[in-house]
Amino acid sequence: MDEMDVPVLEVVEVSKEFPGVRALDRVSFRLRSGEVHALVGENGAGKSTLIKVLTGVYQPDGGQLLRDGRPVVFGTPIQAQRAGISTIYQEVNLVPLMSIAQNVFLGREPRDSLGLISRSRMHAMAADLLAGYGITEDVRRPLGSLGVGAQQMVALARAVSVDARVVIMDEPTSSLEPREVETLFEVIGRLHRQGIAILYVSHRMDELYRICDQVTVLRDGKLVHTGPLAEVDRLSLVSMMLDREIGEVRAHGVTSFGEDRHAAAETLLRAEGLSSRHRLAGVSVTIRAGEIVGLAGLLGSGRSETARALFGALPLDAGSVVLAGKAVRPGSTSAAISAGMAMLPEDRKADGIIPNLSVRENIVLAALPRLSRYGLVSRAKQDKIVDIFVKRLRIKISSPEQKVSELSGGNQQKVLLARWLCTQPAVMLLDEPTRGIDVGAKAEVQKLIDELAAEGMGVLLISSDMEELIDGADRLVVLRDGAVVGDLRGDQVTEGGVLAALAHPSETEGDPDE
Amino acid sequence: MSDAALSSRPRARRAHANRLQEYGVYVAVAAVLLFNVAFTSNFLSLGNFRTQLVQVAPIVIVALGMALVIGTEGIDLSVGAVMALAAALIPLYLGYGLVPALAMALIAGLVAGVLNGVLVAYVGIQPIIATLALLVGGRGLALVMAQGRLVDIHNPAFLNLGSGDLLGIPISVVVAAVLAVLTGLLIRRTALGRRIVAIGGNRSASALAGLPVRRVLVTVYAICGLLAALAGVLATARLGAGDPADTGMLMELSAITAVVVGGTPLSGGRVRVAGTVAGALLMQLLYATMIKHNLPDSSAQMVQAAIIVVAVYVARERSGR
Repeated sequence: MDEMDVPVLEVVEVSKEFPGVRALDRVSFRLRSGEVHALVGENGAGKSTLIKVLTGVYQPDGGQLLRDGRPVVFGTPIQAQRAGISTIYQEVNLVPLMSIAQNVFLGREPRDSLGLISRSRMHAMAADLLAGYGITEDVRRPLGSLGVGAQQMVALARAVSVDARVVIMDEPTSSLEPREVETLFEVIGRLHRQGIAILYVSHRMDELYRICDQVTVLRDGKLVHTGPLAEVDRLSLVSMMLDREIGEVRAHGVTSFGEDRHAAAETLLRAEGLSSRHRLAGVSVTIRAGEIVGLAGLLGSGRSETARALFGALPLDAGSVVLAGKAVRPGSTSAAISAGMAMLPEDRKADGIIPNLSVRENIVLAALPRLSRYGLVSRAKQDKIVDIFVKRLRIKISSPEQKVSELSGGNQQKVLLARWLCTQPAVMLLDEPTRGIDVGAKAEVQKLIDELAAEGMGVLLISSDMEELIDGADRLVVLRDGAVVGDLRGDQVTEGGVLAALAHPSETEGDPDE
Repeated sequence: MSDAALSSRPRARRAHANRLQEYGVYVAVAAVLLFNVAFTSNFLSLGNFRTQLVQVAPIVIVALGMALVIGTEGIDLSVGAVMALAAALIPLYLGYGLVPALAMALIAGLVAGVLNGVLVAYVGIQPIIATLALLVGGRGLALVMAQGRLVDIHNPAFLNLGSGDLLGIPISVVVAAVLAVLTGLLIRRTALGRRIVAIGGNRSASALAGLPVRRVLVTVYAICGLLAALAGVLATARLGAGDPADTGMLMELSAITAVVVGGTPLSGGRVRVAGTVAGALLMQLLYATMIKHNLPDSSAQMVQAAIIVVAVYVARERSGR
């Protein structure tokens, strides 16, 4: 088992730069035969870039790749595949309308003596191969008729059957059922015994500790740690990912107003058991008037999904939302809005601004019904409201008629805040309100959030910026794998508290369903 | 992953492209008019203007509805078939009087539009496919209703819609002008209008902002169907016969052309009403000019095709933001 001599794949001081971003900064690590190697890091850590370098999608700007000790250059994904490196992406990259067998052998179909594709042999070989992956369906059926998990298995079978020596798996379990995850782990175990090296990218701590031997941690494009996983406990792993020292955290940045200064305030919003397949597993949150509740968690833990579920923008399998004593009809954003909710979406460009419209029109969009009479929109009322919010939020514009797409990120974010403030919401759900905006605007937005809470608004704050969460929130709800794993109040609201909650292993395998 | 890869294309070029798209259609209309004043005999006659306007009126009416649909990033291929339905229904119900016949034709257009809207907004079928169904089926139904025949109409009140004047202007031209003004107001001044543009600009953001996206879409297709039926009524009145085989034939293409040439981007988020009217006028004038200069029909069509390509090219220049 010990083939310590030459790694199958070695990355030496690899760098990759994009305009304005150093995505990878002299990253080195080794992948040995028969090991399952975890690659972890938060958003923007450089994982995707690294994978793309390993699979020939990107060319590194500096450094070297060594395959079995020999330097290699992958100019295209095909070259990487020929060198025995296969990748399974988060989304299945196969052809849904073609048969399962055709997908397995796409581009390397078995031929008969005339050089034509031999269907019978292809079907037999595919059926044989897939049986080892728990797939017993007729291989002549279209791939699209399988579930996502089974499709992923087909992708895996395809990847491994190409004589792969290295298999890269990018979040393979994100869309799998628990049963399918078990099958995947069995397959990984088998590959492991066959001496295939696996690079396993996932955010799920439990999985990593179950199947991985080695771990490499990236942060901001730099290598933070690489070594045996057994030597790193969960807490240190999480703190490495988030760049936090376990020791220093206690004293830091607690705006402690004592235990629960909002205990007396009325509960504005109460959500119970929000569940959505693969995303949320029974999340419950309460927000009181004037309270800023932070949602903490790693990437993929279900923070944005919780906000979207509250706002009716995520289909729910179960759960209820009550706002100011009244049940909110689930699955309808307009019901959520009329109940008094507002949501600042995470992706400002895709889900927030309407680029071709002016600042004025972007601001009044959600409030149109209140600004119009018999369907006619009053221009005077619009101008008044726009003027108020442009001044209050100090939005820098040449005129309210300027196109919103011409503004900076920070000003666009303020426009979106203004859009919601003019609907006078009782609760605001803010998903990464300060991401990608400059320092000045960031401080202004944070100050505004505090002011709104002081006026009695309930705020749900999502941020990947740990300091922002801890300084900004009165209470923190910690999420992991779509479930609440911690509720921190008062002087528990510290980085140490969050890290401990994040790192704590799941108590039971089979959670009692709610 | 890198937001930093912002494209900073030359501002001057973009501004140039913007201006071209903004005013190009008006300049083109003016150029064609000037050309005709200089080189076409008998162009500057009242009679000629009347003819041109009467011919363009149904296209303008249909194109207004089409512009709204395209503003939502959709398309309606069924407008010609809806005109044919109106043409088939009018003679069937004229026996009950003018108003019932008009009502039936318009209701048919409304129902067709709602059907399109439901297919697009609730069933989630792509607009081009959803409305293609009615393009094929609608005309078939119209032919069945009319038993495949051209039916002459003798009701004087109805025929007056096609040949009569209001204050010296042909009725269909007055109707088209009034509708153009109303559509402009709808887009600029009403909540519905602003929602149409917002949904076309960013549907997911509009849904998250609580806009009733599906209701708006159904309304837009309903308006488009209604306008198409009205155009079918006017065309029938002008012809003096219900002719479901030919009424509105290829109208979807003329309407889409007028909208696109008028500077409304196919990617939605913007509706140019005046541009659409000018686009329809431009195509009509070009066609008339070529006919007057004895170019064969086939060459005229090729010139029209070239104009469309230019218009789409100019629009493309802009959408690459």
